Amino acid sequence: MANTPTRTLELTLGETLERAQATLAQAQTAPKASPDQPFTLNFGPQHPSAHGVLRLVLELDGEVVTKADPHIGLLHRGTEKLIENKTYIQALPYFDRLDYVSMMCQEHVWCLATEKLLGIGLPLRAQYIRVLFSEITRIANHLLWVGCHALDVGAMAVFLYAFKEREFTMDFYEEVSGARMHANYFRPGGVNRDLPQGLTHKIAQWNTEFSQNVIPLLEGLLDENRIWKQRTVGIGVVTPEEALGWGFSGAMLRGSGFAWDIRKSQPYECYDQLEFNIPVGKNGDSYDRYLCRMAEMYESCKLITQCLKRLDGDLAGQPVKIENYKISPPSRHDMKDSMEALIHHFKYFTEGFHVPAGEVYAAIEAPKGEMGVYLVSEGGPKPWRAKIRAPGYAHLQGLDFMARGHLLADVTAIIGTQDIVFGEIDR
Amino acid sequence: MTAQPHLDTHLKASELARCAELCRLALPRAEVVITPQREVQVTVAVADLYAALAWLRTADGLKFSQCMDVCGVDYLGFQPTQPARFAVVYHLLSPTQNLRIRVKTLVAEGQAIPSVVALWAAANWYEREAYDMYGLIFSGHPDLRRILTDYDFIGHPLRKDFPLNGFTEVYYDATQQRVAYKPVDLPQDFRHFDRVSEWRGMTGNAHLAETDHAFKREEFE
Repeated sequence: MANTPTRTLELTLGETLERAQATLAQAQTAPKASPDQPFTLNFGPQHPSAHGVLRLVLELDGEVVTKADPHIGLLHRGTEKLIENKTYIQALPYFDRLDYVSMMCQEHVWCLATEKLLGIGLPLRAQYIRVLFSEITRIANHLLWVGCHALDVGAMAVFLYAFKEREFTMDFYEEVSGARMHANYFRPGGVNRDLPQGLTHKIAQWNTEFSQNVIPLLEGLLDENRIWKQRTVGIGVVTPEEALGWGFSGAMLRGSGFAWDIRKSQPYECYDQLEFNIPVGKNGDSYDRYLCRMAEMYESCKLITQCLKRLDGDLAGQPVKIENYKISPPSRHDMKDSMEALIHHFKYFTEGFHVPAGEVYAAIEAPKGEMGVYLVSEGGPKPWRAKIRAPGYAHLQGLDFMARGHLLADVTAIIGTQDIVFGEIDR
Repeated sequence: MTAQPHLDTHLKASELARCAELCRLALPRAEVVITPQREVQVTVAVADLYAALAWLRTADGLKFSQCMDVCGVDYLGFQPTQPARFAVVYHLLSPTQNLRIRVKTLVAEGQAIPSVVALWAAANWYEREAYDMYGLIFSGHPDLRRILTDYDFIGHPLRKDFPLNGFTEVYYDATQQRVAYKPVDLPQDFRHFDRVSEWRGMTGNAHLAETDHAFKREEFE
């Protein structure tokens, strides 16, 4: 690169004038758009309400959308390819970075897929800690969603309140893992370490405050808000048939009146021991999905309360990872005394553990919908193939049919209601 | 204290057997198995694929009305060797029957696979992704464009013979005033550390560790 001529970007006054005249001349000679032709508009990839890097090629008839063609992949990092070249534990942090607003849920699905192939179960305390943090993550995700969705349609206050609360969930992340976002906390065979002392009390306090005061506050700002209802009621209607055909899941499916939640129907971890309800919408529009997700936050609070009760009660002091040192690392304490423990620790973090040959598909109810991992193992310490099934991918695909016939301004409202995050779509 | 494997406890063995039996009856040429992980897997030939999927979508007592995922797999170098290089894998979900199924078909390079966009609209982008990542051709697809890679990208990155480093990298070209491509120039290639050893326990299946007496926590307490 040393010989490449570099050009100064400063223009002289004369150059500026020349450029301006050239642009003007170009504009005057350009063919006028015929009234019969649709108007094509590029939305994004640098648009604040595109929720990241979405390039949307819209065809408009006046202000009405006739076709929406999302161009994705601007955040494609080749996660699946990278995972194929990593051991199972090295692959785990990539999952934090998929849907980067609901980190631990993504880790969860990878752990479940790996454990399914290994054929291992977890100590009960680990299951409860996982569910506790899955639900905290669900709240963190929904807070971001409600804040950004409201901001997209013009309500600033909701965003500020929601992000303030989200800070608390980040603090809980930090307490258990040391990281505010990319936690790397769930591990195949359990969780990395036990909850620090006093954390359950902090979560309980916040949980009460959040369910009693904060969600009602957010609902108070939006539920009967005239502008909010004008922007969401009847916008982006999805019938149950459409939702099924387009592979929708999560609130996108429940908002259309289809009661389907993997936590209930195909329970993983200890969800079958917990009591919670599945909020279901009626009209399939953006407003119903808003109501569903708000109600889901209440349900998450209930789940957190139940988890905390068990964790502080009969499960206190129990192990948080499987005591099989081929799959989970021995403690520092053990390593001081035992040669075997040292060897196991070394082999665990260098070679990694071997996973039996086979293939599995594990799915969880992530905050956005069904998050799945299809894992093919050859039998070695690295996966042969890991396909990540992201809910947002299917949802964004439905943008075209959801936006048709709506006004241009509604496109942002529809992107908002789909709860799009590009980390998981582009992978 | 380790609990039993807890996954898929909702699935009754009888339900799985019923699903597998229905598939065996309706798809005599397909290979239907229930995997040790309690998943129903149907392997069909490419020629029978479309009919099989169309049947699964509407079959009485199954009704796999949702196509959750379609993806490609490259078996180049896989042990044991597979009969064809690629596989296309469909994951279907029946929310009404609460069942999942995996449909697999093995395809050779260049062999066309019938598109199922007409059955499930959701398959559209999944097939585009499989085309982009593996170069699999879906015949009858309405719009088989690349989806995740850049415009004018060359190659199919998830193929096993595509290097992890890739062939090109992007940089900002100050003279052209835009982002441009150049061949990858790294001081060191990506190194595959093969640490697989004959060390007891790690090389076998992990569950064997349960019977491994070499290391037990109790010995240190």
